[in-house]
Amino acid sequence: MDLSYSQENEDYRAKLQAFLKENWPLPESIGDLEARKEEFRRRATEAGYMMRSIPKEYGGSEQPLDFLKGEIIREEIKRHGAPTEVVHIGTGRVVPVLLEYGTPEQKAYWIPPTVRGEFMWCQGYSEPNAGSDLASLKTRAELVGDKWIINGQKIWSSGAHKYPYMVALIRTEPEDVAPRHKGISYFLLDLRQPGVEIRPIKQISGEPEFNEVFFTDAEAPLDAIVGDRGNGWNVSRMLLRYERAAFSGINWADSLIQRAVRTARSTMRNGRPAIEDPVVRADLARLQARAMAMRYSAYRDMSMEAVGEPSGDYMMLQKLYLTEFLLKLDDITRDLLSDDLMMLRPGDGADGLKGNAKWVDASLQSLKIRIAGGSSNIQRNIIGERVLGLPRDQVGVNARKNQEAAQ
Amino acid sequence: MNFRLNEDQQQLQGTIARILAADRIQPRTRAVIDGKRAWDEVTWKELVEFGLTAIVVPEENGGMGMSLIELALCAEELGRSAAAVPFLGHALATIAIIEGGSEEQQARYLPGLASGELIGSVALTEGNDSWGPEDWRMKPEAGAVSGRKRNVPNGEIAQLLVVGLEGGQLGVVEVGGGGVEPELFEPLDLTRPICSLDFAGAKIDLLADGPTAALRTWDAALTLLSADAYGGSWRITEMARDYVQVREAFGAKLAEFQAIKHQMANVVVEVEPTRGLYWFAAYAFARIPEKATHAASLAKAQTAEVYDKVARMCTELHGGIGFTWEFDAHIWLKRAMFDLAWGGRPQRLFVRAAAETDW
Repeated sequence: MDLSYSQENEDYRAKLQAFLKENWPLPESIGDLEARKEEFRRRATEAGYMMRSIPKEYGGSEQPLDFLKGEIIREEIKRHGAPTEVVHIGTGRVVPVLLEYGTPEQKAYWIPPTVRGEFMWCQGYSEPNAGSDLASLKTRAELVGDKWIINGQKIWSSGAHKYPYMVALIRTEPEDVAPRHKGISYFLLDLRQPGVEIRPIKQISGEPEFNEVFFTDAEAPLDAIVGDRGNGWNVSRMLLRYERAAFSGINWADSLIQRAVRTARSTMRNGRPAIEDPVVRADLARLQARAMAMRYSAYRDMSMEAVGEPSGDYMMLQKLYLTEFLLKLDDITRDLLSDDLMMLRPGDGADGLKGNAKWVDASLQSLKIRIAGGSSNIQRNIIGERVLGLPRDQVGVNARKNQEAAQ
Repeated sequence: MNFRLNEDQQQLQGTIARILAADRIQPRTRAVIDGKRAWDEVTWKELVEFGLTAIVVPEENGGMGMSLIELALCAEELGRSAAAVPFLGHALATIAIIEGGSEEQQARYLPGLASGELIGSVALTEGNDSWGPEDWRMKPEAGAVSGRKRNVPNGEIAQLLVVGLEGGQLGVVEVGGGGVEPELFEPLDLTRPICSLDFAGAKIDLLADGPTAALRTWDAALTLLSADAYGGSWRITEMARDYVQVREAFGAKLAEFQAIKHQMANVVVEVEPTRGLYWFAAYAFARIPEKATHAASLAKAQTAEVYDKVARMCTELHGGIGFTWEFDAHIWLKRAMFDLAWGGRPQRLFVRAAAETDW
């Protein structure tokens, strides 16, 4: 065990600080704020500080995996107030899949513009009758001539109303293929075509973030499938692995605690700041213990993976652990908010504490996190089966399969 | 930078795990639980031979000169096995002398503790909930102490005691010198029996740097208990996991019911991440002392709370059999309750950790 920064790391930090000083803020002659941010990210990528896991030929900076350097970059960019790396579905999910399963042509076509932020992506996994039970999805693609013709419906596609590209799981093989997930393929689709209709769904937070996406004889070229035809399930599971390994959750947890502390400082209880209340302090420390547990479990996991040692099951638990963390944070902030909790947008001064709107929204969003990317109950099934070796549920399709086998 | 065990550490943990294998230890612990033996001398002897008592002692005093990280890895295995050995008090007495003793004091006491020739323990608290050095009131007069101490681990067999004194001072009392009488109340955790000690003019040797050592010893206690809690949590989790795959009801294994499976999943999700916490507490104690109090307080409070919660849940999963003396689950359940209380209750420790932040 050694958590100290080596001289090499300290030199790296100094070089990065010099880079940041030189490159942010940028002069207004470069353009508006968005243009300046974009230019900064381009320079940071060129210097090896962003898009580190993506090869140079596809517009990344192709740096060796080094979670400590990753930490230094995040720390310094945040301290300097410079624009952070944009992690969206494109860079976080589509690119890793393409790197693993794409043909050279697919990589060359899709990755560079995605890395530059020109191709923006939404996800088409869930359907009205296929959420947690994703393998029951029904959207179909038929091969007609040299095109895939797609019919069906996707739902909960965040950003589909503003992003032109969708990564989708679509059934390409007959329905009676067993097991059910064997007939699914992994598609990259252009949504800007007559056969696609997008209808926004208003969320409980009031934002129209989700969409329904209807496909009526929509078209996709032959090479829209990544990985082998019918292998989309495996391809998408690699994505889930990426998602769970997301280290950003830990830094996020730390910054949420800091924000909760600030709120507790400015919230008054019995004429004193709430942060002086021992119960509030203990509750915040409880959260900190959980954040620390996540941080050092992840450090351990990554350190072992780096030398090829089996690290156990922590990564499989992290999503549920983070979800529980957010729930406990909610308990604390809702109590701090008191009456302000009744307003989607609390006012100011006597009408509310500035900044509390964010907590009201966070309280709703934490519920979304419990559902998205594998609901908590599905996570519990996976953990029960894969970590503890408990039997699979014998209901629904599993039970029918067993009955058929018995006959 | 890395946060993994090196080969030596892996080997150390593997070796003690083999000494403490369930099929060897469980019958011995059972003999203690059923009152056939006061404590597990056989296992203690094996652990002393293995070098458990020498791990953190500097080499010049007959030790191995390793850190709390290595000792905590052993504490995890002791927690897993529930061996009825006087480890906690012995380790803490040793650490107190390493941290606070003069060169001469270290040379006098450490070799006997390292070789296991002596059994050590710590006598710290007086009233209820008085784990902080600022809570201690016992005062030495003319090189001797009188008064009562509580919650002394294996106090009735200890031959050397590190005693907490007013002002956070520490002193060493050799029981052979007389003036120390134990009073036993029926303890909850029979694998780590605690007792009260009455001191009546017992000769005491004040440690050179008591106040610093007192805080360090407290942090070490919290770290070792947190490691114990992590190991114990996994053990009782595995007991429940095995039981629900055997026990049948309504014509199915309990594990086939999703309610049971989810309960087990909730247990694992709470337990496994606490390893990172205790590892970091041990690392901080050894390498970043300014962070040790914060890390150890959070680690013990969180890990012990989790242990207590999952021990109760796993006992419940055993149904009626879990509530019997004959079944072993209560051994870990009671160790969880011990870990929760000894060294300070979680709420107090969370507040202590908060005082170490800029909040």
